[in-house]
Amino acid sequence: MPDLLLDVQGLETQFKTPEGIVHAVNGVSFGLKEGETLGLVGESGCGKTVTMMSILRLIASPPGKITAGKAFFSGKDLLKMSNEDIRHVRGAQIAMVFQDPMTSLNPVLTIGKQMEEPLMLHLGMTKKQAQARAAELLEKVGIPNAKDRLPDYPHQFSGGMRQRVMIAMALSCDPQILIADEPTTALDVTIQAQIVELVKRLRDELGMTVVWITHDLGIIAGLAQQVIVMYGGYIIEEASVNDLYAHPEHPYTIGLLGSLPRVDEKERHKLFSIEGLPPVLYAKPQACPFAPRCKWVIEQCWKENPPLELVAPDHRAACWVDTKTGSSRS
Amino acid sequence: MNTNEDILLHVDNLVMHFTIYRGVFRRQVGAVHAVDGVSFDIKRGETLGLVGESGCGKTTTGRTILQLYKPTSGHVYFNGTDLTALKREEMRFMRREMQMIFQDPYASLNPRMTVMDIIGEPLVVHGIAGGKEIQERVEHLLEVVKLNPSFASRYPHEFSGGQRQRIGVARALALQPSFIACDEPISALDVSIQAQVINLLEELQAEFNLTYLFIAHDLSVVRHISDRVAVMYLGIIVELTSRNELYLSPLHPYTRALLSAVPIPDPVADAKRQRVILEGDVPSPVNPPSGCRFRTRCPIAEAICAEKTPDFREAKPGHFVACHFADRYI
Repeated sequence: MPDLLLDVQGLETQFKTPEGIVHAVNGVSFGLKEGETLGLVGESGCGKTVTMMSILRLIASPPGKITAGKAFFSGKDLLKMSNEDIRHVRGAQIAMVFQDPMTSLNPVLTIGKQMEEPLMLHLGMTKKQAQARAAELLEKVGIPNAKDRLPDYPHQFSGGMRQRVMIAMALSCDPQILIADEPTTALDVTIQAQIVELVKRLRDELGMTVVWITHDLGIIAGLAQQVIVMYGGYIIEEASVNDLYAHPEHPYTIGLLGSLPRVDEKERHKLFSIEGLPPVLYAKPQACPFAPRCKWVIEQCWKENPPLELVAPDHRAACWVDTKTGSSRS
Repeated sequence: MNTNEDILLHVDNLVMHFTIYRGVFRRQVGAVHAVDGVSFDIKRGETLGLVGESGCGKTTTGRTILQLYKPTSGHVYFNGTDLTALKREEMRFMRREMQMIFQDPYASLNPRMTVMDIIGEPLVVHGIAGGKEIQERVEHLLEVVKLNPSFASRYPHEFSGGQRQRIGVARALALQPSFIACDEPISALDVSIQAQVINLLEELQAEFNLTYLFIAHDLSVVRHISDRVAVMYLGIIVELTSRNELYLSPLHPYTRALLSAVPIPDPVADAKRQRVILEGDVPSPVNPPSGCRFRTRCPIAEAICAEKTPDFREAKPGHFVACHFADRYI
């Protein structure tokens, strides 16, 4: 496929635990086009964060191990690079913003110090240049009196402001891809709206490619162009944002959308609820991982795990059943 | 007012300040104005939603109603009895009628107690049942919350978050209360599990004619479950009306901003909305702004807002709001 900025093929990541090997990511393949915003959706433990961390080789080994797959970024396989080379990609070309702004900043260093250090190390700036650039970055993410805030410590910032600082740090080397891992989960809804608007503005201004990892289908609806839904370490559906919300194909996606109460709901109706629990991934499933919770389940689902296949133009889903008819697709 | 037959709970100008002590002599240097004059009624069989952002005082309101904190001033009438005037022992007796479900199902269950002990404890404490009868009652309660009665001998760590929350619900139901304060009962749960718990709470309400105070920060959930909704900001209620009235014609600028910040899981509906993005963060409740507390972030604030505290008035029948300019939106 041409003009893919990031091309991930057959990624598998496992973790060794005392209880056995956890198959966190099981053969995940997707492409990321330049300038696109991709939403990566799923519940806790579905493998969405591990997928992106694996690509950046941020998985601690041991216990984690990338057991298969390729991830091409501008022609080079990130999974085969030397540690030295991947370090240049990380932060500089692909940057990541994490969920909890309270724990991602060092509490005993000033914001200025934490922002200037990578600029001096990565870009070889002098202290003075780095200071000016840090102030400029803080201003860009909407922190008032940016210059005067550099000597402040993280605890002097509110949660939303800290997340802005994290975004400013991620932007410091002009990355091509920004990976945002649930950056608004710890924040209040009015602050969440501020951060989403900020990322949208920066994306449009800087022409950045964004991967937004979240469990919230609401945020993705207003932000992403392309959406990937994960379950049990597999991609189970991928489509454009309008297509996915209007015509979800996989029973899990249908269930998730039906289980969300909506702020614009007029008549009270019973929520659709997906019974049962998400799977524990100690063994690589031989059947469809969603089969135990699925209300469309047919015999084939217990025998073979369905591959991710085209079910409509530009719309992939991993399900044996056509949910519109309730019978097998084949 | 508190003699009205239909009204189960009447909260009258409830104030809860937490004093701050500093220095060697523990001198009082200020107070956190967590709840600053809150009044509302809850009718029998009704669900009143209480929404607001972190730190707005919604949880403190819930706890103060149940007299888990001794209120600084104000009254809480339950079935016509003033709870604030009750002695400890009388209040303990009263708690049979009013129970609470907590936010964090991981922290609110004692890890060293079996499910039998956890759900049976209220029965023992209140001397309602003993011996074999406890076992029967607990098993019945587990069935009511759709858990397998044979789980009674297990410990909390053997359950998932959603199952633990069901245990918390069973414990609250053990004394057959008429009122339950649900404090963010689903915010710690995975998306697909949230709908299960919401549906359970609704079914139980219908079955046992329960009255709920439903505290949450998620406006979509509150709209779904509530009959009427109160919006809190910095220790006071700024708007209170029926669910559809609040969501279709909000009068307070804070409610309007809050509603517009909630993402809708539908890209088409989301794109059509007008957004009000609030600037800045919630001010400190130690030193709330003069006049209207929302004026520092309000898009329509004028000079009068700093001078005069707006009355909490009935702007439309059954629609209460505290804003000088609410009539603008009628």
